[in-house]
Amino acid sequence: MRVDGPASFCGHCGEPLEGVHPVCAERLRMEPPRFCAHCRRRMQVQVTPTSWTARCVEHGELTSP
Amino acid sequence: MTADILVTAREQVLERGVPLDQEQVLRVLRTGDDDLTELLALAHEVRMAWCGPEIEVEGIVSIKTGGCPEDCHFCSQSGQFTSPVRSVWLNIPELVKAAEQTAATGASEFCIVAAVRGPDERLMTQMRAGVKAIKEAVDIEVAASLGMLSQDQVDDLVDMGVHRYNHNLETARSYFPEVVTTHSWEERWDTCLMVRGSGMELCCGCLVGMGETVEQRAELAAQLGELQPDEVPLNFLNPRPGTPFGDLPLMESSEALRTIAAFRLALPRTILRYAGGRELTLGDLGTRDGLLGGINAVIVGNYLTTLGRDPADDLALLDDLKMPIKALSSTL
Repeated sequence: MRVDGPASFCGHCGEPLEGVHPVCAERLRMEPPRFCAHCRRRMQVQVTPTSWTARCVEHGELTSP
Repeated sequence: MTADILVTAREQVLERGVPLDQEQVLRVLRTGDDDLTELLALAHEVRMAWCGPEIEVEGIVSIKTGGCPEDCHFCSQSGQFTSPVRSVWLNIPELVKAAEQTAATGASEFCIVAAVRGPDERLMTQMRAGVKAIKEAVDIEVAASLGMLSQDQVDDLVDMGVHRYNHNLETARSYFPEVVTTHSWEERWDTCLMVRGSGMELCCGCLVGMGETVEQRAELAAQLGELQPDEVPLNFLNPRPGTPFGDLPLMESSEALRTIAAFRLALPRTILRYAGGRELTLGDLGTRDGLLGGINAVIVGNYLTTLGRDPADDLALLDDLKMPIKALSSTL
């Protein structure tokens, strides 16, 4: 990612991260993030059998752990 | 006391290999939780008797994600809904890498999927290059799922060396208009018939838990029985945000297991594959129960837009259950 610092938006629902999103956090165990945590843009996500990548045009690429 | 239909199924399906008909499948689907253990055990016996102990392992990948013009109400890849899934294409090197990842799990099958109504020339060109590159680099069977086909496209896929084609009926004919309005169940059926007559194997499955009745599930099982696909992938609805079915509840695990067993009794010789949604609907324990209740194939790793269990966990489970993985050589 090109931006350091805390995430502002939920990667699952795209809403502001004010407090915790427990349902979203649980969902993110079984699916990649769809929204950029820094700008809320929808990311281009490619899932492969053992990995995934999620790319924000502004903030770069995330990859699966 | 054993339900009458299970006594009938033991003699008819297990001993004689004659599938249950629609009315009989409905009776199975109406059995209670008290009969579930016995039902699963019978379905497992049927699978072992008519298919054998091997499990077929497959990986899948999306070559073209999102932006689909169709309105399948369960699908996050439709361009008609407010789903967060964006359109993206996979290039050939990444496609080959995905096939390599799949082969490394011990899988014998790799299915290339596209979110389209049917393939255009751009997609067919990408498929030609992709299948060729995979066959040169990876020892694995290539399958495809590209929507509705013309006869020329069926012939092209055969020429490419695609050995199995997936096109799901999705649901019973009577429920289909509640699930899809941009094409008909009959159009799907026609593509399946073309594939079946082509020399490619036919993979034709469904998605349960979309609000259909048990009568419609029995109808679907009978329609699949009539079609006689080589493989039936069984998906359980994973309600996707932004889709019309996004707020539907998950199917009860006991109902899902009963459906697995009923489909095995309706399709005793067919490859019955765990597909999407099993992690949520069945969990680890239910996954094990299904493997001991009629399932004889799995998709390992991730799905098209969501994540699956770690392949190592599934392979360890198969090892624990003493279910050998079907070797590539036995599919040739």
